[in-house]
Amino acid sequence: MDFLRPAAWEEALAAKAEHPTAVPIAGGTDVMVEINFDHRRPEYLMDLNRIGELSEWAVGEEHVRLGASVPYTRIMEHLRTELPGLALASHTVGSPQIRNRGSVGGNLGAASPAGDAHPALLSAGAEVEVESVRGVRRIPVEDFYTGVKRNALAPDELIKAVLIKKASGPQQFSKVGTRNAMVIAVCAFGIALHPDTRTVKTGIGSAAPTPLRARAAEDFLNAALEEGGFWESGKVITPSVAKQFAALASGACNPIDDVRGTAKYRRHAVGIMARRTLGWTWEQYRATGTTLEGAA
Amino acid sequence: MATTGTPTDITQGSRTKGGIGESTLRPDGTLKVTGEFAYSSDMWHEDMLWGHTLRSTVAHAEIRSIDTAEALATPGVYAVLTHDDLPTEVKRYGLEFQDTPVLAHGKVRHHGEPVAIVAADHPETARRAAAKIRIDYADLPVVTDEASATAEGAPLVHEHRDDHHADHVPHPNIVHRQPIVRGDADRAAERADVIVSGEYVFGMQDQAFLGPESGLAVPGEDGGVDLYVATQWLHSDLRQIAPVLGLPEEKVRMTLSGVGGAFGGREDLSMQIHACLLALRTGKPVKIVYNRFESFFGHVHRHPAKLWYEHGATKDGKLTHLKCRIVLDGGAYASASPAVVGNASSLSVGPYVVEDVDIEALALYTNNPPCGAMRGFGAVQACFAYEAQMDKLAARLDMDPVEFRRLNAMEQGTLLPTGQRVDSPAPVAELLRRVKARPMPPERQWLTAGEAADVRALPGGLSNTTHGEGVVRGVGYAVGIKNVGFSEGFDDYSTARVRMEVVGGEPVVTVHTAMAEVGQGGVTVHAQIARTELGVAQVTIQPADTRVGSAGSTSASRQTYVTGGAVKNTCEHVREQVLEIGRAKFGTYHPAWATAELLLESGKVVTDGGEVLADLVDVLESESVDLELRWRHRPTEAFDLRTGQGNGHVQYSFAAHRAVVEVDTELGLVKVIELAVAQDVGKALNPLSVLGQIQGGTTQGLGVAVMEEIIVDPRTAKVRNPSFTDYLIPTILDTPTIPVDVLELADEHAPYGLRGIGEAPTLSSTPAVLAAIRDATGLELNRTPVRPEHLTGT
Repeated sequence: MDFLRPAAWEEALAAKAEHPTAVPIAGGTDVMVEINFDHRRPEYLMDLNRIGELSEWAVGEEHVRLGASVPYTRIMEHLRTELPGLALASHTVGSPQIRNRGSVGGNLGAASPAGDAHPALLSAGAEVEVESVRGVRRIPVEDFYTGVKRNALAPDELIKAVLIKKASGPQQFSKVGTRNAMVIAVCAFGIALHPDTRTVKTGIGSAAPTPLRARAAEDFLNAALEEGGFWESGKVITPSVAKQFAALASGACNPIDDVRGTAKYRRHAVGIMARRTLGWTWEQYRATGTTLEGAA
Repeated sequence: MATTGTPTDITQGSRTKGGIGESTLRPDGTLKVTGEFAYSSDMWHEDMLWGHTLRSTVAHAEIRSIDTAEALATPGVYAVLTHDDLPTEVKRYGLEFQDTPVLAHGKVRHHGEPVAIVAADHPETARRAAAKIRIDYADLPVVTDEASATAEGAPLVHEHRDDHHADHVPHPNIVHRQPIVRGDADRAAERADVIVSGEYVFGMQDQAFLGPESGLAVPGEDGGVDLYVATQWLHSDLRQIAPVLGLPEEKVRMTLSGVGGAFGGREDLSMQIHACLLALRTGKPVKIVYNRFESFFGHVHRHPAKLWYEHGATKDGKLTHLKCRIVLDGGAYASASPAVVGNASSLSVGPYVVEDVDIEALALYTNNPPCGAMRGFGAVQACFAYEAQMDKLAARLDMDPVEFRRLNAMEQGTLLPTGQRVDSPAPVAELLRRVKARPMPPERQWLTAGEAADVRALPGGLSNTTHGEGVVRGVGYAVGIKNVGFSEGFDDYSTARVRMEVVGGEPVVTVHTAMAEVGQGGVTVHAQIARTELGVAQVTIQPADTRVGSAGSTSASRQTYVTGGAVKNTCEHVREQVLEIGRAKFGTYHPAWATAELLLESGKVVTDGGEVLADLVDVLESESVDLELRWRHRPTEAFDLRTGQGNGHVQYSFAAHRAVVEVDTELGLVKVIELAVAQDVGKALNPLSVLGQIQGGTTQGLGVAVMEEIIVDPRTAKVRNPSFTDYLIPTILDTPTIPVDVLELADEHAPYGLRGIGEAPTLSSTPAVLAAIRDATGLELNRTPVRPEHLTGT
């Protein structure tokens, strides 16, 4: 196995073009596990840790531009206001040691349906900025996941950053694991209210081959909120609306039975989380109009 | 963490500082917390090779052929060994039966069985070479439970049994069966006003010790081998290793290296013989370290069990009878299964008075992973079932579950179903009273001052699944009984060597035993005992090795009792010899030398009135006293194979728990808020270590209540979750407040009155948590661990 250590982004792109099988590594919290267990033996390993810009972020007018290697700990510490859903999700990643190393770029590269960042990215609205020697592409995050542990990257492309829409309203993230900390998701749910566009967006994790949005649930809820004038009045969401939203979120799942949980439980739990997180975000919205910070 | 009733003063023994009853600090504590402690996996030797084990990928198959040519041809590989390369006619080993092949011969009987071993100059080279070994397996049908193991025409896991239980078992796929019959359960059932029955299922728990199996074998110039290894019992290993190597025991020199936890999982051999074989073959030191994945296949687990129970009671709340049947899955090799059966049957009644019983316990041979010793050893599974039964009976009788238990609690003098009388304190009712009397944690304890929810105090924790929605509190109680020490007539001795001499103008004591320090704190306690008995501040504990006699196993809650007893006994003999020397030298100077009871305190010979007769430095001068002695507790008897009668156990240990849980009833997630314990320890030799044992045992019991289970595919008998990603153990956020209430009721038969303590808290913790979850949900929950699916009907 050859170890590539590009000192700059352009060097990395050139190396990736030359060796398309090279596996990029930053925190190593996923790649190293696979290598240590001999599940994967790449011809080339490309260390991105010398490329400082990947660990930087910038808060713009509309978006947070999050470098691919920014560790979860930084997101929790510095981006709670702008990215409340992702900050909550970051808090559930592994242990403190893992959060100090792991990054959203890694979650996207691995594209595991159980990655904790995905539901938060899907509900907030995000684009993945990928680059190769051929140029830059921005891929809407919902199009980025193409299958179990597969993503839309071309062999010569690297993930550079994620552009995540800054929160204009409350966001929440919930994850079921069979332990109270340091656990892989049995299933997860993210929700974001976007009062600026008067829409609600969602993300479901670990309950289908890929992370996905519960589009039917979103469409139903957006229509119900619009028709009922809920955004203006800020009145309590009718229980029947919340119930239907939860049922549609549950219906969006396409889970499997595995050692971590049954398909039936995953559908059930996603519905419960959808109802609860809608309640929490809507209560925050009613209380403040645009509360930006996660409650937990 | 609240603690009450914990003794902090010396209540017996010597007034010497650092003696028994003080919480002297353990020597390995700071090193372990700061990451400096050298575990067995940290060893290194110049010019050493790395061993790797190739394991079966299937559970039951005939081995048609093994081709090692390509592996052997790999550069850097020094040896590849299979069954055919074993040097002597002894090719099997085992704790009780010699049924386990050193390397698979002709067939494999479980997933992960060792088939070949490789030594290479780099661990990765060894691993890759092992992957080049070609094995032609022809699959055989698997037996995975009682029905398939005893069905007509079932494949026999072991076709030619020659063990001492082979003749009396009803089927060759039954390792051992132990009935216990006393009184007449059928007739007693007629007196019952209520009868409750239930079938209970206990999942396969792993010891999950943090330091995986590892060791280093160094070939000696005399043709022998030096083995440095993490184990629970050096001499038991030695007895099994030497014949396979064809060496006399004195040529296999074993030294304990840093042990990262054990809990029963190091009673059986793992890499010991393999490393020695490779070292002797290559003439080079060989180190073997399992990774976590391999560790799940490298040691036995707790027996999963199915338990059928029937109890009756009169309407005034007195138990009439017990009928029960306990089926333990022993997996492919016997390991400690026979003894686990003995424990499960003899302790199946729990700490209750039941005169009429009809009990049966057995262990199966199957193609599942081998199961053997784990903290609680057969008593754990039984406790889960009988405590569920006690709650059911109380509910049927409309009685308080604690009051119902107290009405039936055993006490000193109670006759057990085995016919053995409990002849030391058994404060079962008092332990229950104490946990019940504790104040409850506040309702809605997750609300912070600002009325916001602290998710860390809620089910789901930081995963942020509830802010109080769906959360219902439940409270549950349980109490258990565990035996201490090896039972059923086993010669359960220990050996201690103690030397007293003057070094640098100070009296010093050296204690040498073969006791495996696996984290229990034995080395700390031995120094305390030596200080108490010999009145010397400076005590050195020598590394455990086989140059001194056997200490027996670090298991069965026995080491403080038995090796502690051996150290005390040798110290007493050393003291007598020291006093003899003193009498010879100074006897004529003071009449007390001849008449008074003399003690050694603060480096001096004193009368029991405290008068100083001589300084130890002057008594010993350049002499030393050095003794190695064996010590035994009271003998026990085998259980009768038909009736289960016999004085089978040495001592009993009791703990009671109250569990308070919050259950998210919609998501099926559980947060244990508090697990209050009361336990009688006889005498706390080191109160801080006692607390650690009780809290650790309690947490291990919690683990198997709500998360810990090795999942085996029932069709293929293959393990599905051999990793810490999917075999979950409690984190600190899963671990509740554990207030501990310690009683010290001396057992007059035991050294210092102490009682073995390590296992009892593991028993009652699990059923208490289950009872609390039942209380919160109203569900019957007959299996552990409880999964979210069980609580949500999904």
